[in-house]
Amino acid sequence: MRLVLDIALTHVISRVRQTLVGMLGVAMGVGFSVMMAALMEGSQRDFVTQLVDSLPHITVSDERRSPPRQPAEDAYAAVEFSGLRTPVTRAGIKNPYAIIASIESWLDGAVAPSVASRAVIRFAGRDTAANVTGIDPRREAAVSKLPTQIRQGTLDSLYKSSNAIILGDKLAARIGARVGNTITLASGTGQVLTCTVVALLHTGVSQSDETQAFTLIKTAQILAGQTALVNAIRVRVRDILEAREIAARIEAQTGYKSVSWQEANEDLLSAFQIRNFVMYTVVGAILLVASFGTYNIISTITHEKTRDIAIMKSLGLAEGTVRSIFFVEAIVIGLAGTVLGWVLGFLLCLALGTIEFKSPFVDATRLPMYYTPVHYLLAASVALVASGIAGYLPARKAASAHPVEIIRGAS
Amino acid sequence: MSEPQRPLIELRRVTKTIGDGVATTLVRDIDVVIRSGEFVAVTGPSGSGKSSLLYLLGLLDVPTSGEVLVEGRSAGNLGEPERARIRLETLGFVFQFHFLLPEFSALANVTLPMRALGRLDDAAMRKRGEALLASLGLEGQGHKLPGQMSGGQRQRVAIARALANEPHVILADEPTGNLDTRSSEQVLAIFRKLVDETGRAIVMVTHDLDLAARADRQIRVVDGRIVV
Repeated sequence: MRLVLDIALTHVISRVRQTLVGMLGVAMGVGFSVMMAALMEGSQRDFVTQLVDSLPHITVSDERRSPPRQPAEDAYAAVEFSGLRTPVTRAGIKNPYAIIASIESWLDGAVAPSVASRAVIRFAGRDTAANVTGIDPRREAAVSKLPTQIRQGTLDSLYKSSNAIILGDKLAARIGARVGNTITLASGTGQVLTCTVVALLHTGVSQSDETQAFTLIKTAQILAGQTALVNAIRVRVRDILEAREIAARIEAQTGYKSVSWQEANEDLLSAFQIRNFVMYTVVGAILLVASFGTYNIISTITHEKTRDIAIMKSLGLAEGTVRSIFFVEAIVIGLAGTVLGWVLGFLLCLALGTIEFKSPFVDATRLPMYYTPVHYLLAASVALVASGIAGYLPARKAASAHPVEIIRGAS
Repeated sequence: MSEPQRPLIELRRVTKTIGDGVATTLVRDIDVVIRSGEFVAVTGPSGSGKSSLLYLLGLLDVPTSGEVLVEGRSAGNLGEPERARIRLETLGFVFQFHFLLPEFSALANVTLPMRALGRLDDAAMRKRGEALLASLGLEGQGHKLPGQMSGGQRQRVAIARALANEPHVILADEPTGNLDTRSSEQVLAIFRKLVDETGRAIVMVTHDLDLAARADRQIRVVDGRIVV
């Protein structure tokens, strides 16, 4: 094996330019693959993180996936109902605090009740619609990042004045309200409340910042015209990947519709799968193109070395040994190119990570790069397999050449 | 001159034909025995089949019919790896063009067959390689690349390489064809010495009848047949 390695290395080293071209081909392939994978996965993880942070991991609402069985169905085997009157008020979650206590008894995470309602906010003659969520500030800190997203004031300032409200900063800007201003909330049921803006909120997600407002649960209940209403339970779990299973368990336990963050964003996550497939296809194509460079170089070397191959075979080197020499050359080029590609890929990631990226949907941020050895190993594996195949094919052809024909030709 | 002894290579009614459509017969129905301690010259006009005969003797080529025996063992049923092994252990080749590996030093070229055989350690290979070069008048030249040596020096390196694994037979195809008279004389003297002092057999293909006359035995090939 040392002989094979020595001859292979001598061939590779004595052809500096060809070797460098081959190495650079592999290095570019590996480098850009690593960069692309880091960028794609980084953006995906960043997006998911923002998505998960801006919403509760699980939302238990006062809806049911299928209507509850009516007593008439059991008593009379009825197959159809007609003339049912839709209730005017929201049903809400029955015994919400008992349910919360029950979930807390086994959940590795936190639970908080909330009241979701919609209202029109009026200030200085301007009207705008908003999602008003009634929360329990003490519990809210455990289920969302709301306390860290408050820009002016604090979450606890909701307790400091009656009918206090926290507005999304863009929502406040749209109506021209500031902390300390008094605004009017009008609900769809005709309730009108006067509230004091005690803090502003900035999540970084435009859609939330333009529409979201928070009050105490009691205030939201008054706005909805239903005291004791709790129509949503917000859950935060320690392991976000278990959210789907936990949601299913809560739903089975309570009968209320429990939506995990994965279910809420099913379409988006499917799109990510397609995007990943496209990414790995492109990465594979890049490395395949790079392997053509290796094939070309090993072909050229074997062509130039035809006479040496004949001599080595006439001296008594076995066909397999000769084949190994050129195969090892391809692997050496592939390995050197891979290491160079790792460095190139890492530097590209660092460079891209410094670029500021602006989106209409989220705050300006750096391009999110995800660093993992998996990307490097994956690129290296594909590059080495491609280099191996690219080297093996010409090596096999060269090694099977008949030495007599070559010696005659050389003479 | 040592007495011819045991047969080393034997061709029995060997024919070699090439070409699929229009077949060309390179050697026809040849019987040859090469014995230890003899210096055989193979002569004949161009295209007569001299080199083909040499390649058959050296197991580089496979006969279309007939049998090749190396040290009494038939090579007919051997696969390429076994034939390569016999070449490595028993035979040594010297060609008209030195055919040294250009990126390797003279010493590395000489030790290449030893490394392929793998019987000696690095130090022993180096020592033997240097001794071989010195015995051929190339003392202290082992570090040079073939491109830094004269034609005669390269051919002597090629001879040293052929002797690396102490082969029983040296097969030389026009070894002096590319050399000046002085270098040719040196090569011939080396061959003579090898035969006389070590009992090896040498088969040398040559156009030069004067050189051939200095061999122990001549085989003349015309149109693929032995005529003398």
